[in-house]
Amino acid sequence: MKIKILGSGCPNCKVLEANTKKALEELRIKTNVEKVTDITKIMEYGVMSTPALVVDEKVVSYGRVLTSEEIKKLLK
Amino acid sequence: MDIFYPLQIFVNWLVYTLFNLKGSVFGEALNFFIYDSIKILILLAVIIFVVSYIRTYLAPEKVKKLLSRRFEFLGNMTASTIGIFTPFCSCSAVPLFIGLVESGVPLGVTFSYLIAAPLINEVAAALLWGLFGWKIALLYVASGWIISVVAGYILGKMHLEKYVEDYVYKIKMKQGLKAQKKLQKERISEAAGETKSIIRKVFLYLLIGIAIGAFIHGFVPENLLTSIAGTGNWFAVPIAVLIGVPLYSNAAGMIPIVSSLIEKGLPLGTALAFMMAVTALSLPEAIILRKVMKLKLLIIYFSVVAAGIIFTGYLFNWIL
Repeated sequence: MKIKILGSGCPNCKVLEANTKKALEELRIKTNVEKVTDITKIMEYGVMSTPALVVDEKVVSYGRVLTSEEIKKLLK
Repeated sequence: MDIFYPLQIFVNWLVYTLFNLKGSVFGEALNFFIYDSIKILILLAVIIFVVSYIRTYLAPEKVKKLLSRRFEFLGNMTASTIGIFTPFCSCSAVPLFIGLVESGVPLGVTFSYLIAAPLINEVAAALLWGLFGWKIALLYVASGWIISVVAGYILGKMHLEKYVEDYVYKIKMKQGLKAQKKLQKERISEAAGETKSIIRKVFLYLLIGIAIGAFIHGFVPENLLTSIAGTGNWFAVPIAVLIGVPLYSNAAGMIPIVSSLIEKGLPLGTALAFMMAVTALSLPEAIILRKVMKLKLLIIYFSVVAAGIIFTGYLFNWIL
């Protein structure tokens, strides 16, 4: 599983990253969380509202800071 | 009838009867401070909540969709209207700019949005309402809207496309992402959260501003500023705009101070121009926009907006 967080480094992006890591830990999934901060790359995913969560190159959420519970549901 | 009249009665009782400060300059200033602080906090909470709620319907994806089929002028008007409800925020400004350019929205229409978003600021509108009444608040929103429509339209006619950073045109977005659906409950809790966070952010500046305003109200002689910055002085408006540019983070604190200065003879048009410069033109904003605009375009953009604000200042000094 490949997980990416899209966001230009605003406070919300950091919260989403922390929540994602927490969700992965609780599900015992070992994978890297890659941060994409380059605006060109973010836009190529079609995302305009950051932060966004990308799982296996698919945008699963954007413009929202998901809680770790919500992320767990998405990852199952 | 003034809905804040009961509040005034309460504050009068508190300061004049309970603290027994009637007739003293200090009592005057204290009354002014307590009354204004409570009234403005109430207005801020209500207005920010309403604007934030409307904003939950205006996610960037939605804005893009609303503007992508518009042409000039009608598009400028739609873009400026959307800009009233959306803030200029570092998280969304650049992606939105690129998204609009990429989907073929005319540059002038994009500019109308970029001007209106920071120029018409809900915190400023709430403060103007609290300190000057709803007419002045409406005047502020309406003139901000007209500046955005006209300035965006003019910028569109100047054919500035070549001054947008080149990489912006190379981005190809994956299509198909729509604004995420939200439940009514989510919208309300989002708006409430936004209201709390904005009030927490401006609270201290606001109280300091009101305290300085109350001091000026009580201690500075009337008409002090009439001779220095009255309507007779033509340089007052541009100078007010220049002073306003670096004061961005303190917009909430500046407005109460300015409101007391009006009592001391500062003309309203000059004051309005100053407050618009505080909210619309700022260094952090320039740094964000520099990512997508070449320096020349950034300078043209700032100049056109500044000219619009100065013009508004003169206009109000002349008609009021």
